[in-house]
Amino acid sequence: MAIAGRVTRRQLVMESLRRYWFKFSRSKLSVVGLAISLSTIVIAVFAEYLAPYPEHAGFYISFEDALQPPSWEHPFGTDEYGRDVFSRVLFGFRFSLKLAGVVLSIVIPVGVLLGLVAGYYRGRILDMAIMRVADIFIAVPPLVLALAITSLLGPSLVNAMIAVTLMWWPWYTRLTYNVVSSVRNEPFVIAAELAGAKPLRVMFREILPVIVGPILTKATLDVGWVILIGAALSFVGLGAQPPTPDLGTMVAEGIKYMPEYWWISIFPALAIAYIILGFNLLGDGVRDMFTE
Amino acid sequence: MRMAQYILRRVVFAVFTLFGLSVIIFVMARVLPGDPARMAAGPRAPEWVVEQIREQLNLDKPLHVQYFLWLRDVFNGDLGYSIFTKRSVTQDVIEYLPASLELIAVAAVFQILGAFALGVLAGMYAYRWVDNAIRLFAYIGISIPAFGWAVIFQLVFAWKLDLFPVQGMLSVEAPERITGFVTIDSLITGRFDAFTDFLKHAVLPAMALAIGPMAQEARLIRSGMIDNRYKDYILLMESHGVPKRKLMFKYLLKPSAIPAVTVMGMDIASLLGNAFLVEIVFNWPGFSRYAISVMLNKDLNAIVAVVMVIGVIFIIANIIVDIIAAYLDPRIRYVERGE
Repeated sequence: MAIAGRVTRRQLVMESLRRYWFKFSRSKLSVVGLAISLSTIVIAVFAEYLAPYPEHAGFYISFEDALQPPSWEHPFGTDEYGRDVFSRVLFGFRFSLKLAGVVLSIVIPVGVLLGLVAGYYRGRILDMAIMRVADIFIAVPPLVLALAITSLLGPSLVNAMIAVTLMWWPWYTRLTYNVVSSVRNEPFVIAAELAGAKPLRVMFREILPVIVGPILTKATLDVGWVILIGAALSFVGLGAQPPTPDLGTMVAEGIKYMPEYWWISIFPALAIAYIILGFNLLGDGVRDMFTE
Repeated sequence: MRMAQYILRRVVFAVFTLFGLSVIIFVMARVLPGDPARMAAGPRAPEWVVEQIREQLNLDKPLHVQYFLWLRDVFNGDLGYSIFTKRSVTQDVIEYLPASLELIAVAAVFQILGAFALGVLAGMYAYRWVDNAIRLFAYIGISIPAFGWAVIFQLVFAWKLDLFPVQGMLSVEAPERITGFVTIDSLITGRFDAFTDFLKHAVLPAMALAIGPMAQEARLIRSGMIDNRYKDYILLMESHGVPKRKLMFKYLLKPSAIPAVTVMGMDIASLLGNAFLVEIVFNWPGFSRYAISVMLNKDLNAIVAVVMVIGVIFIIANIIVDIIAAYLDPRIRYVERGE
């Protein structure tokens, strides 16, 4: 019960949330992006309930149903083993999102922490060591390094995750480093230091909040890009192996049946595009939220 | 003078980065599980043969010795022996790299022309229907991965409409190999049929590669033009009666293009990575297809070589981009020095 003239913490939170939503929803495209991203997550979580033929996700053969064009029964047609492409695409969402979730939940904390430390101790040996190693990983196109590492580890979904994780952290380190460098000598940081705050406190209490916006923006956009890299890895045969219903694997498998049975490849490819489009639009909205 | 110093700094920096990259990838290739000597010999080869190969590949020596032996060979132009193609990796690179570079060159042309055309058009007619159409196209362009475009283009323009060849690089007899670049060789030997045939084969894969980065750069140019359109110096020139075309293309485009140009260089270098996927779809006999084959076969020397070759190309592209950006925007030169 709020007494007139006093503002509760709850009201403050609600007010700032309302402001964020206002900035976010000013662009209708961001709202579309949010809807697409949410639908992606729902599909990924409830794939076995949404898919008309959940048993087709794995190893399943029914040659009499093979290579049927899209119909009411099979909206995206069936593949060479008679499996429902629509059901497999829904399960593909799950694998893609799992990859992005695992990779980003490791990469963001590690990358941000390293960037924070390097930026705080700017010009010292620690800074040099961290940033030069990061530069090395950034020196090669991400896809090439991910491919090379996965091939050395041996092709599998887990190894693809490890490879993408290994080469993705430097981007967060670099981003954090740049932001930290720009606020390192701002009055509020100096003031905290003069007041006797320990380095850890300055890093996490004073500097970290400034980074949240850019990091959150990048993280949202990266869900799409990590999924893309993952799909690319399985597309060339280095990621998830058949019969895993991975979107990249499905595109690659379907190419053999072009052009007559185009639906085997095209629908998974469009599904990848749907996910990436969603998180791209959402990312633009998140960026709007933190500007001005 | 400033410019020369700036370039020198970048080059020194790049050399260090490449060394670091070579250490990381070399160590990874040696430390991770798997016995390359056994793989080269085959599963049923007797132990002494495997031992011999191990000696040949220096795998019996300590890791740092292996690295320095490898480094010495690299400086002599020898990237090692490939257990997949059964010959020197250097030869493989020389054979397969040109086709990829040519494909990327065509893609780069598409990308640059398309980005500027779409970006300027959208910037000039900002918030009108032209702009909206281009923005929609940009979103779609970014969202579909390069291999997705490759599959779609191949289906629509090659299989269904039959406008372009479905796959391969040449359907006529290849021109005599002089430089290894089909375009250059065909022009030298006067084989214009091979030249046009090559271009016909290159259109679809190059478009598939170019469309994503093109869309992104067009967006950057557009927003740059919108941001700068009502800056004081532009309004001043306009009020002084500078012709609109000159205003747009000389004074407005130059500062607006800087962010796009910086991204462009990186994007063109990244094409080499994306080409990995597109070359497979179009069966293009290039470096990327070779790279995938050696990766699937775990050919260590070749994998290290592939990463290093692409690293070198990427870093050179990076330096060129920085130089162009510094030329376009003098502020960069001063800031870098002033630190």
